[in-house]
Amino acid sequence: MHHMTLAEIARGLADKQFSAEELTRSLLARIQQLDPQLNSFITVTADQAMSQAKAADARRASGESGALLGAPIGHKDLFCTQGVLTSCGSKILTGFKAPYNATVVEKLAAAGAVTLGKLNMDEFAMGSANESSHYGPVKNPWDLTRVPGGSSGGSAAAVAARLLPAATGTDTGGSIRQPAALTNLTGIKPTYGRVSRWGMIAYASSLDQGGPLARTAEDCALMLHAMAGFDAKDSTCVDQPVDDYLAALSQPLAGLRIGLPKEYFGAGLDARIGEKVMAVVEALKKLGASVKEISLPNMQHAIPAYYVIAPAEASSNLSRFDGVRFGYRCENPVNLEDLYKRSRGEGFGAEVKRRIMVGTYALSAGYYDAYYIKAQQIRRLIKNDFVAAFNDVDVILGPTTPNLAWKLGEKNSDPVAAYLEDIYTITANLAGIPGLSMPAGFVDGLPVGVQLLGNYFQEGRLLNVAHQYQQVTDWHTHAPSGF
Amino acid sequence: MALERTEVEKIAHLARLGLNEGEIPSTTETLNSILGLIDQMQAVDTTGIEPLAHPLEATQRLRADQVTENNQRDAYQAIAPAVENGLYLVPKVIE
Repeated sequence: MHHMTLAEIARGLADKQFSAEELTRSLLARIQQLDPQLNSFITVTADQAMSQAKAADARRASGESGALLGAPIGHKDLFCTQGVLTSCGSKILTGFKAPYNATVVEKLAAAGAVTLGKLNMDEFAMGSANESSHYGPVKNPWDLTRVPGGSSGGSAAAVAARLLPAATGTDTGGSIRQPAALTNLTGIKPTYGRVSRWGMIAYASSLDQGGPLARTAEDCALMLHAMAGFDAKDSTCVDQPVDDYLAALSQPLAGLRIGLPKEYFGAGLDARIGEKVMAVVEALKKLGASVKEISLPNMQHAIPAYYVIAPAEASSNLSRFDGVRFGYRCENPVNLEDLYKRSRGEGFGAEVKRRIMVGTYALSAGYYDAYYIKAQQIRRLIKNDFVAAFNDVDVILGPTTPNLAWKLGEKNSDPVAAYLEDIYTITANLAGIPGLSMPAGFVDGLPVGVQLLGNYFQEGRLLNVAHQYQQVTDWHTHAPSGF
Repeated sequence: MALERTEVEKIAHLARLGLNEGEIPSTTETLNSILGLIDQMQAVDTTGIEPLAHPLEATQRLRADQVTENNQRDAYQAIAPAVENGLYLVPKVIE
């Protein structure tokens, strides 16, 4: 049962081949048996899942239908879930049972999805390896000595290991697409503002965006359809109708114009990944697409600009964790300043502290123009590159990551080296455009991801291209051995 | 421009982050390495470029000035480290 996609589960439930209760029971047993190898869950909500599954079965029995009615999913542990630990992978949220649900959680629950638990992640979504979690690193099911990517590493590992058919994630600089690439999944970061951020614990508010990770583009379409839409509670959410992503899937690719940015194929890219990317290009050409080289000349400036904007926003967002209103508080504070400093010093991990300090410095008196304003100017140059490119092409295609999944611990000693792994994904967050990663084959038994970038609100087109590719290839069906 | 130890201590104070004595040298080194990366920005000519704050150039939406939220003090205080009589407890501030 665990190999089924969301679409297959929907058919099985509709045809009464099994019930949501049976499916949930089976996956909970699988999580209990296999997750100790991966550490992908922070909390398993077994009792709640069983009652949600029974409720879904009752809704179906009373004549209701719906693609996600009874579908098992998991949430990245930065989506607030009422009454359930919401840790953001941090010690500072010890004991934090959220007093309300995130909008995304509400929407998926309303669609009938059954939540099996909360998934591990880099602390406050800061990382590309899922090694900065207070709850320990997550292992890549394709090779347990390697990282699954991050920050949505628990979501990726759980779906890749067939513990869940789909999960939510968030993407501030690549945190859906990069782990999807390293674990052979399909994942999409929507346009900024397409999915509500309400109840999503903020890292960098002008970059953060929620989205799904699943095994197929079709399943991502089903998830995103339920997740997307206007929410008055999120002041940056976009008030625009949601496209019919499912209907978009079947559109033929004849006439599709693909741009290959020359900057994505330069030094730093593992040549074996480059070959896999070009094989995808050939397959899409056979489906009727045309290809041209393009240039995104400001791509190289994206990482420096990101490491000003994201830490600056984080330093402000994370000031709410003060040891007073919720979460961890240090022992025996001698005064209020000691309470703040030790609660935060003991509660945050090393990477979070680094980014808070970089952001504090960048925003401090005398440095604001040189850092924050400069970074926002570069941000516009990056956006302008995309606006120009999308005059000539419909989608931009390239590798999702420059390298394969690396060994646990390999990049811990040099944060800057790890930051450079996000070179291909970060630009989409700075510009606010949607990006998707899909499986494109294997090198040395490790998955390779191809990234598709689209113009604003072109999620349907990206899902369409990935779905059509998945109709003529089977990379996305490969499962890691042992799972 | 490399940060000195005293500057790192000042930034930590501004951010209300308690650093152990042992953390300061490695923090200083790492921050300098990150600032080295960030300083690559200075080579980019951004003369006359308007800063981009929101990807879609949206401005803050306004809503009607009406009470829409219920008082949830009990729910919020149930998860606080220390409360008494509906108040959050902190160490004494005024001597």
